[in-house]
Amino acid sequence: MTDHSEIDSVSGKSTTGHEWDGIKELNTPLPRWWVMTFYLTIIWAIGYWVVYPAWPLISSNTTGVFGYSSRADVAVELANLEKVRGDKMVALGKASLADIEKDPALLALARAKGKTVFGDNCAPCHGSGAAGAKGYPNLNDDDWLWGGTLDQIMATIQYGARSGHAKGHEGQMLAFGKDGVLKADEIVTVANYVRALSGLSTRQGYDAAKGTKLFADNCASCHGDAGKGNQDMGAPNLTDKIWLYGSDESTLIETISNGRAGVMPAWEGRLDPATIKAMAVYVHSLGGGK
Amino acid sequence: MNKAVNPSELKPEADVGPLYAPHKKVYPQSVSGKFRRVKWGLMAFCLGIYYLLPFVRWNRGLGAPSQAVLIDLPNSRFYFFFIELWPQEVYYFTGLLIVAAVALFLMNSIGGRIWCGYLCPQTVWTDLFYAVERLVEGDRRERMRKDASTGSMKLGRISEIVLKHSIWLMIAWWTGGAWVLYFSDAPTLVKQLATFQAPMVAYVWIGILTATTYLLAGYMREQVCTYMCPWPRIQAALTDEWALNVTYRYDRGEKRMSVKKAAELRALGETVGDCVDCYQCVAVCPTGIDIRNGPQLECIQCGLCIDACDAVMRKISRPTGLIGYDNDINIHRREQGKAPIYRIVRGRTIAYSAIIALVGGIMIHTLATRKTLEMNVLHDRNPVAVALSDGSIRNAYTVRLLNKSGFDRVIAIDMNGPVNSTLHVVGVDSVTPDRPMIVIGRDQTSEFRLLVTAPAENNTEKSIPVRFHVTDIGLGVAASATDNFVLP
Repeated sequence: MTDHSEIDSVSGKSTTGHEWDGIKELNTPLPRWWVMTFYLTIIWAIGYWVVYPAWPLISSNTTGVFGYSSRADVAVELANLEKVRGDKMVALGKASLADIEKDPALLALARAKGKTVFGDNCAPCHGSGAAGAKGYPNLNDDDWLWGGTLDQIMATIQYGARSGHAKGHEGQMLAFGKDGVLKADEIVTVANYVRALSGLSTRQGYDAAKGTKLFADNCASCHGDAGKGNQDMGAPNLTDKIWLYGSDESTLIETISNGRAGVMPAWEGRLDPATIKAMAVYVHSLGGGK
Repeated sequence: MNKAVNPSELKPEADVGPLYAPHKKVYPQSVSGKFRRVKWGLMAFCLGIYYLLPFVRWNRGLGAPSQAVLIDLPNSRFYFFFIELWPQEVYYFTGLLIVAAVALFLMNSIGGRIWCGYLCPQTVWTDLFYAVERLVEGDRRERMRKDASTGSMKLGRISEIVLKHSIWLMIAWWTGGAWVLYFSDAPTLVKQLATFQAPMVAYVWIGILTATTYLLAGYMREQVCTYMCPWPRIQAALTDEWALNVTYRYDRGEKRMSVKKAAELRALGETVGDCVDCYQCVAVCPTGIDIRNGPQLECIQCGLCIDACDAVMRKISRPTGLIGYDNDINIHRREQGKAPIYRIVRGRTIAYSAIIALVGGIMIHTLATRKTLEMNVLHDRNPVAVALSDGSIRNAYTVRLLNKSGFDRVIAIDMNGPVNSTLHVVGVDSVTPDRPMIVIGRDQTSEFRLLVTAPAENNTEKSIPVRFHVTDIGLGVAASATDNFVLP
């Protein structure tokens, strides 16, 4: 290729020799420092490949001479964080539940820890604000299936209910209809009796005397003669204003016919003891704790 | 229709020069006089405050920092003698900035850019660096000669340059060093710095400020004022015809001529100018301008040309004040044979003073009546209300109490809200019914969970206003906050 470069008469600079429709391009090379910097970055990049993980291989990647790994950094940071938290959590693990609630610093820690762990583990059933849902108790209120003291709450979290854990709460609401214990009309009568217990209206023609007898024969063993429930068996108080599944007649008929057996998993083994303590304090502090 | 134009026939405009002006190094000559003394005094004062203020102690009691001026970033506190500010009170700085801005306006309407000439850190440090340069390398002529010499450098010259830059770097280092002392306990940090045990961030900031001081005061100097700083440009909009700027009184100075010629003409009874064209005003100027060309954007109003000119005038037995803080109005009045008038007190200076007094007054008032106990209440959102087994309703609130005082407080909480409602603070056993007591440590915030329970009877409104009160049971200081009690 012949060199067409020439000296431009106006600027006095040489041209590149390229020409487009009479327009010639001035030869304006990049400044020396710029070019040198560019070469330096290339050298730097090569050094980078050597020192740090860089190239993907078939099943792994080049690891670099220092064996640096961002994942390892994260692991170290997480370990440090756990260590920092650890010291505080040890204090939490040592204090009694009642003392945690009395100590503003420990209470704040337990509530913060409890809230996080609750969100990760409990919120799917109980809701992020612990407001519960049908079949899943609201933990903010003062009605407790298995007891609302700090120790009782902790036991429920630790061992669960109908969880299969040896120490878990046990107690069954029988399927009075499905198992043929009560006939359909008797179930309707019991349902109305239960409504009457908490002052709700009853259907026309409801026989109160029959209801009383049926309740005493079938339900009182768990729910108590007055229907006040029994926390040892997880039998709810039927006289209050809180209903786990619903207080309308059809829901009650469904409950009596098919029984109920909500499961609360045991968290022992899945969460460490200090965390379970924090959870118990958190749930207790939501407001309903006894 | 436009005619076709051959570009080669178009002539470039004659006065279009290059847009870039190469830097001309300025070699200000030493000068002595009234304004130079003021500048030395202000330099000592400003630098003295800057370098020594972190070491001033202030007793705030045990456990609180004992440094008079401290920006405590880790604990989010700002201490200034008896004042302690929390992050949410950063609006005080708004007031401070307003006062500072209007004070600059006021200075400008009285004496032009006197801030630039006397108080601006750029001027103060540049002045100091020039003093070092003069001390090591000699005065204007010597420095110009040394810079112009092209031959190989002698050892003496090299050692001069090394010495100058070493002193500059020392000053720059101390500038950064003093800066970091405002953010940590000064004596402790000095000890740490001396034993190389200070936190990394301290070294980084010292490094940054060393670099900026060295570059801005050692190299960029007047270019900062001429090209970088916005304030000189803003001042053009703030100045008026009464502002006293450094002015060459051309009514007295023109026509310029030599001392001898002027004496001859005076002997003949002719009126001649006082300016003898000695160029002393140019020689001493730190921005390298000739003030006799009238007001210029480079001029920082430092008054050094006044000192230089006055010295010359005294030497040739003419009245001083050929250059002085003056304005065009007076030049014209003197040309017409009238007495000059100086109006320091006029509309805008009164207005600026009033704004400063007003904003300053508001700041002092708010500082003096600053609340040291505050309460914030946040209603629970999930769930907003809880129905209890007996049918009553409970709402939960997160209460944050701020104790900005230097001592612990015992606080009692009560409220006005729904009919027959009760109050409970989680983790606190009420001593008196419905009036739980809480202890908040000094200079701290405390968060509590507060439960309000109300029977369903008599409380049928969907949302009932509730007002919480906290009272320091010892001192009676109180705070309150309002929220709502919501039914499900």
